[in-house]
Amino acid sequence: MAFLELSEEQVMVQDMARDFAKNELAPHGERWDHEGWIDDAVIAQMGELGLLGMVVPEEWGGASVDYVSYALAVEEISAGDGAVGAIMSIHNSVGCGPILKYGTDAQKEKWLTELAAGRVIGCFCLTEPQAGSEANNLKTRAVLKEGFWTLNGSKQFVSNGKRAKLAIVFAVTDPDLGKKGISAFLVPTNTPGFIVNRVEKKLGIRGSDTCAITLDNCVIPEENMLGPRGKGLAIALSNLEGGRIGIAAQALGIARAAFESALKYSKERIQFGVSLIDHQSVANFLADMQTQINAARLLILQAASMKERGLPCLSEASQAKLFASEMSEAVCSKAIQIYGGYGYLEDYPVERYYRDARITQIYEGTSEIQRLVIARALKDIDF
Amino acid sequence: MKILVAVKRVVDYNVKVRVKSDQSGVDIANVKMSMNPFDEIAIEEAVRLKEAGIATEVIAISAGPTACQETLRTALAIGADRAILVETELSLQPLAVAKILANIAQKEGAQLILLGKQAIDDDSNQTGQMLASLLDLPQATFASKVVIADGKAQVTREVDGGLETISLSLPAVITTDLRLNEPRYVTLPNIMKAKKKPIDVVKPEELGIDIAPRLTTLKVQEPAQRSAGVMVADVAALVEKLKNEAKVI
Repeated sequence: MAFLELSEEQVMVQDMARDFAKNELAPHGERWDHEGWIDDAVIAQMGELGLLGMVVPEEWGGASVDYVSYALAVEEISAGDGAVGAIMSIHNSVGCGPILKYGTDAQKEKWLTELAAGRVIGCFCLTEPQAGSEANNLKTRAVLKEGFWTLNGSKQFVSNGKRAKLAIVFAVTDPDLGKKGISAFLVPTNTPGFIVNRVEKKLGIRGSDTCAITLDNCVIPEENMLGPRGKGLAIALSNLEGGRIGIAAQALGIARAAFESALKYSKERIQFGVSLIDHQSVANFLADMQTQINAARLLILQAASMKERGLPCLSEASQAKLFASEMSEAVCSKAIQIYGGYGYLEDYPVERYYRDARITQIYEGTSEIQRLVIARALKDIDF
Repeated sequence: MKILVAVKRVVDYNVKVRVKSDQSGVDIANVKMSMNPFDEIAIEEAVRLKEAGIATEVIAISAGPTACQETLRTALAIGADRAILVETELSLQPLAVAKILANIAQKEGAQLILLGKQAIDDDSNQTGQMLASLLDLPQATFASKVVIADGKAQVTREVDGGLETISLSLPAVITTDLRLNEPRYVTLPNIMKAKKKPIDVVKPEELGIDIAPRLTTLKVQEPAQRSAGVMVADVAALVEKLKNEAKVI
């Protein structure tokens, strides 16, 4: 990566993540995809290395690493296994993030150190069957009675829903206040009434559990409210930049793994007397793939660098996520094409990369929402 | 007990190097550089000895251009306490490095000096041995196990005949082999802590050491391409080829 000047620390973070992904993740990706579960021991090890609390400050047990290092690390981990990359990005951004920003000292003491160390995995319960992009249209209800909140409702597509020990749940506390009537709650997942209804069967990132959750008279103490009453929607949308940078990096890592695999194959496979890479069609595929991957990385690191410097970067983060996710599907598809018939078999990893990549255009804000954000920002710019 | 660990910045083991067209060496422009893998094992062993309460301080040392600071920073992130860079742009050979290490080891009063058995760029396998000789210290090379107790080091060495275990009185020089340990992944908090650990830079002239090379490289070339195998009709033909062509029986 000679075109980028990385600091000593950034290189060390990238090297460690790459070595870890190569040795501990890549050899198991296929098995985790089949079994639908990533080994707990691997997630625990990532926690010990600091990979699950990357931007949490040292005082709360985090690694306090800069955002560029974070993006580089998510890319490397995702190149090892896309599902692990999903868990890492989601836990860092919407697992640790809300408590870091809005938690009371008591809440931070109870949860943040555990989250940063990966001893507790967090999950984010916002989406409902009828509310996806329209995040404010929630039906889950929270009612206060004698110092306790009772939660009732359904949550959809909750990543880490089964693995998590802590859930951040968004519910309507004041139905008459619309967007300002939603609040956030910290719900330990072993609370009676917090039910993992179903672990979904997905196209990809199968090692990462995605769950339908039911809240059935789930009772939590008053002090489990996160942030002020009515601030729930703002809290839910408070880490879009970090979340989008993370998922963009995940998409990039998956694409890079597919590209490197296809590149290697193109040098070994011979047809019509020459290696595939010596056939112009294939050579052109690879040239385009490399260019797209490098372009995505620069978009991601630009957004990460702006976030690190405290500059608003919502449009840049959205651009990175939009570009990297669409690029990833295209690159993975070309990788299968280069492998030909073999690319369609489970014996080779490219079909899994292709399946893993697809979700990155949907979660953490669909491509359509990203375009909406970018276009909206353009309305405010005059050239 | 102070441990001095020598680390070398080399081409990363994953890189496929190419010979320069003028055959003066290999092209390392823009190539990824890393800590020599055997030196990683040496740092890991030293840090484990500190964690076990046997060593009090681990000092990492390297000799070479300014960029070697990156390698030393990695050593600090693994767990070394401080680092020394003997800075020079001159090409260093094992004897020069051994002289440098001898000078620093004596100044620091190191009770144990750990090195990788060889560097993966020149494969010399000389520095540790020369260092022990310069300091008149006992040496144990190719260590696959090290036990320190009562002022002695018990070292198991990997030798052609198998394993040999010897006892050395400290101070001593030990060079590491592959099976001594598996280096840890550096944790992110330790990468951040390493930023604050000191790296002292000195010049070889300040130490009064003559590091001029004694060897001149005449030519570097690629190894001969491996030719295709040959199918033989039967065992008799195989034996005939092994005897008369390959000349191995």
